[in-house]
Amino acid sequence: MIRRLLAVWHARNLEFLRDRGSLIFTLLLPLTLVLGMSFVFGGPERALFKVAVLTDDLGSIEHPFMIERYVDFIASDDAAAAVRKVARHQIDLLLDTAADGSRYWVNPDSPKGYIVERMLLQADPAAKRQPVSGDAVRYVDWLLPGILGMNIMFSCLFGVGYVVLRYRKNGFLKRLHATPITAFEFLAAQVLSRLGLILVVTVILFVGTSYLIGLRSVGNPALLLLIATLGSLSLIALGLTIAARFSSDELVGGLLNTLTWPMMLLSGVWFSLEGSPEWVRAIAKVFPLTHMLDAARAVMLDGAGLAQVAPQLGYLAITTLVFLAFGAWSFRWRTD
Amino acid sequence: MSPLLEVRNLTKLYPRVTAVDGVSFSVEEGACFGLLGPNGAGKTTTIEIIEGILPPSAGEVLYRGEPLGRRFRAEAGILFQKTALQDFLTVRQTLTLFRGLYTQGYDIDELLELCSLQKLADRDHRKLSGGQQQRLLLAVALVNDPAILFLDEPTTGFDPQARRNFWRLIESVKARRRTIILTTHYMDEAQRLCDEIAIMDRGRIIAQGSPRELVSSHFADVLIELPRADFTPAARALPLRVIEGTERVEITTDDIDQTLKALMAVHVPLRNLRIRPPNLEDLFLELTGKELRP
Repeated sequence: MIRRLLAVWHARNLEFLRDRGSLIFTLLLPLTLVLGMSFVFGGPERALFKVAVLTDDLGSIEHPFMIERYVDFIASDDAAAAVRKVARHQIDLLLDTAADGSRYWVNPDSPKGYIVERMLLQADPAAKRQPVSGDAVRYVDWLLPGILGMNIMFSCLFGVGYVVLRYRKNGFLKRLHATPITAFEFLAAQVLSRLGLILVVTVILFVGTSYLIGLRSVGNPALLLLIATLGSLSLIALGLTIAARFSSDELVGGLLNTLTWPMMLLSGVWFSLEGSPEWVRAIAKVFPLTHMLDAARAVMLDGAGLAQVAPQLGYLAITTLVFLAFGAWSFRWRTD
Repeated sequence: MSPLLEVRNLTKLYPRVTAVDGVSFSVEEGACFGLLGPNGAGKTTTIEIIEGILPPSAGEVLYRGEPLGRRFRAEAGILFQKTALQDFLTVRQTLTLFRGLYTQGYDIDELLELCSLQKLADRDHRKLSGGQQQRLLLAVALVNDPAILFLDEPTTGFDPQARRNFWRLIESVKARRRTIILTTHYMDEAQRLCDEIAIMDRGRIIAQGSPRELVSSHFADVLIELPRADFTPAARALPLRVIEGTERVEITTDDIDQTLKALMAVHVPLRNLRIRPPNLEDLFLELTGKELRP
């Protein structure tokens, strides 16, 4: 069994690597997206500075700094959360106007923080700077897991779905069916081939972007790899459920697009779903990609451990099994 | 000893047509069995049911006395009418892939030599010519040194040279006492390669036997061929068994003296007349009343 599986696995790998077009596409698309987004979002496009003030009621605060223009003042009553937001560039400065003298937190890596700090010290030279704990997180740091996840999703769904469809349509599956190979062996070979390739691609992209734009990831890389593995498996298996049976390009293409577009928009690839309606979040919770991205961001940005991402990993594992079982059950070697 | 392959009452119904209609035959080990018939006779459907690719509507196929199973798939070699291989693989890699699916069979180098593919081993299989491609597909079918080899119209679209080469290859397989099931619509192919032939038309077997038996049992006689232009109305009026083609007219007779005398009596010109023994092509025409190749 292993021999047959390996034979098909090896041939599939060769086919993929020699298909230069799709290989380049797999590598180039996400890279362009990351670089493009980091350029767009890294630029000085925001006219306002955001300053959080530690208080329940902004109106009750009187401070010379608060008459500044071009500054958006936000009330915040959770000091720890606000400091974290400073660290993540979600706000530029945090101000505490205590009676015994003002204190403030600013991210030393942030250009905007630097300017706002100057403005504050002009208004209140006695304000005391407090250290910000934790690493700075840029939007691009938050975005990268999303882009990599999206690439994994497309590669898994289309790479497996269309390939199996093509094999069925051109009769290669029929030819294989005339040999001792079983459906399970064939599908397992496809899954493993795609899994190996997408993990290698993802690691290359991860390392490459880290080098190019100075990405920082605080969590355990092995745990990240585990998340990518389970997420890829779940998405490949999802692709197989569609590829298992149908013989029509249009139908399979339509189904794959129906799956990928909502996932791309609602799984938190581009923006966080915080604050979106309950039903949108309910839909998002169904997608494997959402769970993969949640887990990956928790590990990369907050250094979460295995225990914290266990629910997401569990969901990915269970969906993998369910999709695989369904795919194997509905698998057809030939066109009807 | 029971036959290697036994086919019992095979039937395949499609919503609008009965593609195969109660086909039965058996094949002894080491024999070459030919399914002969025009396009659409049900040859491919029959052979694909036997290969286990299509499920039959009724009937059964026994291999070594048992229903098709793992053993059959390990021991059978199949050449489909149309087969796609995995893209981007060389000839050698394609064979390696299929060799990996079986526990026993040829070495890749032996196989390359057997099918005269040594010089093409490292070429992308998509860059092969039609004949070379078919040799590769035959090599794929032979990769497990099959006890039973299925060939579905193996030489369709070949030039005469390539056909003869391919036949020699099949004969070398036959020489090693491998069983072969072949479909074809070429009479010369069946006559040259097959020990036994079943002629199919509209999903049924309408005649069966060795090529020689088949021809002699249906024709005790010889054939007289005349150009159609020479076959005068007077000759037409004679009580002869005649099949009219587009260019030539064929008269079947068991008494050649009598028939020639009768033709001369009505002044039919004999200059372009030809007398020849009947072949499978004539048999097919006789049985179905139609040309084999439309």
